[in-house]
Amino acid sequence: MASQEYVLFKLEDEYYGIDINNVETIEKIMPITRVPYTQDFVKGVINLRGNVVPVIDLRKRLNLEEKPYDDNSRIIIVQIDDITVGMIVDSSSEVIQLNHDEIDESPSINIDNDDYFIECIGKKDNRIIIIINLHKVLNINNLLND
Amino acid sequence: MDMNQYLDIFIEESKEHLQNMNQLLLELETSPDNLDLLNEIFRIAHTLKGMSGTMGFNKIASLTHEMENVLQLIRNKEIPVTEYIIDVLFECFDTLEEYINKLVNTGDEGDLDPSPLITKLCNIMDNKNSVEKQKNNAAKDEEKNDKTDEDNFSIETEDITKNVICKANEQGFKAFKIKVHLNPNCMLKSARAFIVFNTLEKFGEIIKSKPTAEEIEDEKFDTSFEIIYLTKLNKSAIENEILNISEIANVMISQIKLENIPKSSNKKDTETKGLQNEFVKQEKAKNNQNKNLKLKTSKTVRVDIDRLDNLMNLVSELIIIKTRLEDIEDSKTKQNMIEAVEYLERITTSLHDAVMKVRMVPIERVFNRFPRMVRDLSKELGKDISLYMTGEETEVDRTVIDEIGDPLIHLIRNSIDHGIEGPNERRKLNKPETGTVSLRAYPDGNNVVIEVQDDGKGIVVEDIKAKAISRNLITKDAADNMNDQELINLLFKPGFSTADKISDISGRGVGLDVVKTKIESLGGLVEVHSELNKGTKFIIRLPLTLAIIQALMVMVGDEKYALPLNSIKEITTIKSKDIRKVQNQEVVLYRNNTLPILRMNNILKVNLDLEDKDEIIVVVVKKGDKMAGLVVDDLIGQQEIVIKSLGKYLSGIKIIAGATILGNGQIALIVDPNSLF
Repeated sequence: MASQEYVLFKLEDEYYGIDINNVETIEKIMPITRVPYTQDFVKGVINLRGNVVPVIDLRKRLNLEEKPYDDNSRIIIVQIDDITVGMIVDSSSEVIQLNHDEIDESPSINIDNDDYFIECIGKKDNRIIIIINLHKVLNINNLLND
Repeated sequence: MDMNQYLDIFIEESKEHLQNMNQLLLELETSPDNLDLLNEIFRIAHTLKGMSGTMGFNKIASLTHEMENVLQLIRNKEIPVTEYIIDVLFECFDTLEEYINKLVNTGDEGDLDPSPLITKLCNIMDNKNSVEKQKNNAAKDEEKNDKTDEDNFSIETEDITKNVICKANEQGFKAFKIKVHLNPNCMLKSARAFIVFNTLEKFGEIIKSKPTAEEIEDEKFDTSFEIIYLTKLNKSAIENEILNISEIANVMISQIKLENIPKSSNKKDTETKGLQNEFVKQEKAKNNQNKNLKLKTSKTVRVDIDRLDNLMNLVSELIIIKTRLEDIEDSKTKQNMIEAVEYLERITTSLHDAVMKVRMVPIERVFNRFPRMVRDLSKELGKDISLYMTGEETEVDRTVIDEIGDPLIHLIRNSIDHGIEGPNERRKLNKPETGTVSLRAYPDGNNVVIEVQDDGKGIVVEDIKAKAISRNLITKDAADNMNDQELINLLFKPGFSTADKISDISGRGVGLDVVKTKIESLGGLVEVHSELNKGTKFIIRLPLTLAIIQALMVMVGDEKYALPLNSIKEITTIKSKDIRKVQNQEVVLYRNNTLPILRMNNILKVNLDLEDKDEIIVVVVKKGDKMAGLVVDDLIGQQEIVIKSLGKYLSGIKIIAGATILGNGQIALIVDPNSLF
């Protein structure tokens, strides 16, 4: 099978990856307007060149400790199922290619859990890359059930 | 050849034609003798046939072809317009609509078989053919009597023609009136007519034709035309010559007797005058109609809605930039700059208005499907119902038009099914047997109001109460504490349906809550007023424009919010010591009314506890006849804002109607005051 490209980003000390086909752009941190009555990991909305785009804090979403944004922080704008969302990550600077044999199935058994967002695990240059399932991270299934 | 690029145009145009046809059929039902209507329907069927034939949609083509044939017979008065025929024509219309809908979805006309309908149409024709034959025989008998025959012709012999005929007679020519019927299936009518003209001109001279030669050339005639012809041949020779041409159905010839012309008897004169008058009237009506049609076609341009949206977005951007210019501190000191910005503001406002107008469509587009629906429903339910519509010309945004149809259908069905009683019951109540449903639309400030009113039995409040309690929507205690209006509003709760029996007309499990949700998603609201045994009235209020509104910008904590100006009644300050608590709700006595006070920082969950000020700023908002005071921290000012959706991901936040981008690029949320009530 042909290789696949992933956008690499960092949270804490771990590397994560998203399928590059879902990534629109990567932006620096910009002013965010808070929106009330949303899930707690939704930080608000940003003005992305005239479009209003919701932004989520991925640290908060993945139950990591929140930390203030800095110059390395990035908003990765992803698009999935006609939904555009920005995800705030610690940093992002790389696109990598993973061949089929560099990808392992996710190690957990507990796949049906809603909070379980790992699609699969990539291995490259002694790094472990957690490929995330955007549907689950964004909680889209729950959203549409509402 | 690839026809796909024409498919959109075909669909658009077909829809328009079908809409017209629907309306005309309804009118025809009430005035079956109106020839203009028939002509128009015929013309539409013909156009559809041509269009679908070109596109290769053979089912549509063959169906319209048969419709055309039947209509032709009606037009020639060979069959009378009966209820059955109109029903069949309606069925044809439905089938055609189905084909078009299928086309929209799949790009293919589908497998629906038109043959049952075609058979029906053919049967109509066959039945009438026997009548027609008799008529033809009668006509042949009449032919012997030239005088009665005269009445078959509408072509006139005016003075000039008469003079020509006189002179011709002196030279041994005879004058004939000839009426040629072409075969209804004839494909190239004008060419056929041309052959007739050519043939006749070999033996004589055509001095007049009706329609005129130009009109015949443009195929502006049905299947028959009349001419006045001078020749030395006799009648049967002419007849033979013409019948030798193919695709000629029949020919009627009568000689013009000279003595008839200059000195006709008084009686005859008045008769022809009357006839002429009537003819002139018809002609005038036709001309008027043609004029109307022409006016319409010359004035409209079909534009893809996406292009309009794009234009609208650009205007929005322009307005944002304008606001940004206004905000630049520096410019406030320079007089020239101020003037320029003011000028820019005028232009953007006009530009915005102009673009909005382009997007406006008369609500007629939604309304004109209702007469048919009401007709069908009243037949189905055995209730006699007349529908009155006013304000069809009221214009609303195109996006509203597309969305408002279903809720309105729902309300009208409700009125007819649940509201209006059966004829017997109405008689008992001393009401006219014919029930009335009226549909009114009118603009009201920045809103458009649509009312659906019936004169039926009204809403029985006790029924609602009982049903709501039995469905566990409210507790009995709560119900007892509610007033009538509040109980009526329970109708809009999900899972509520008052229909005692489920019918396929309205009791489909989805109730008025769907209507309400839909209208609210359009930024509108719906109210209901009802009086027992007098009727029910639903009032729908919709914003004229959906994209750009005037708003009041306010500060809540350190966040900026926009409040739509059209729901703001006034802005005032109140003393915080005047606020009282009634059942845990803060109220203040304001202009002798109790005004509920809503603290925006709580509602918007702004994490900022401000110390209590002595005087607080309150924005009084209204929804219908209800009011509430919103406590804000500061006022920024009035501003034109462009509404942007928060997107699918954050949909469903009730109190936020959307977001807007401010001049400095920041986003401010738009609060929907209607959701606070």
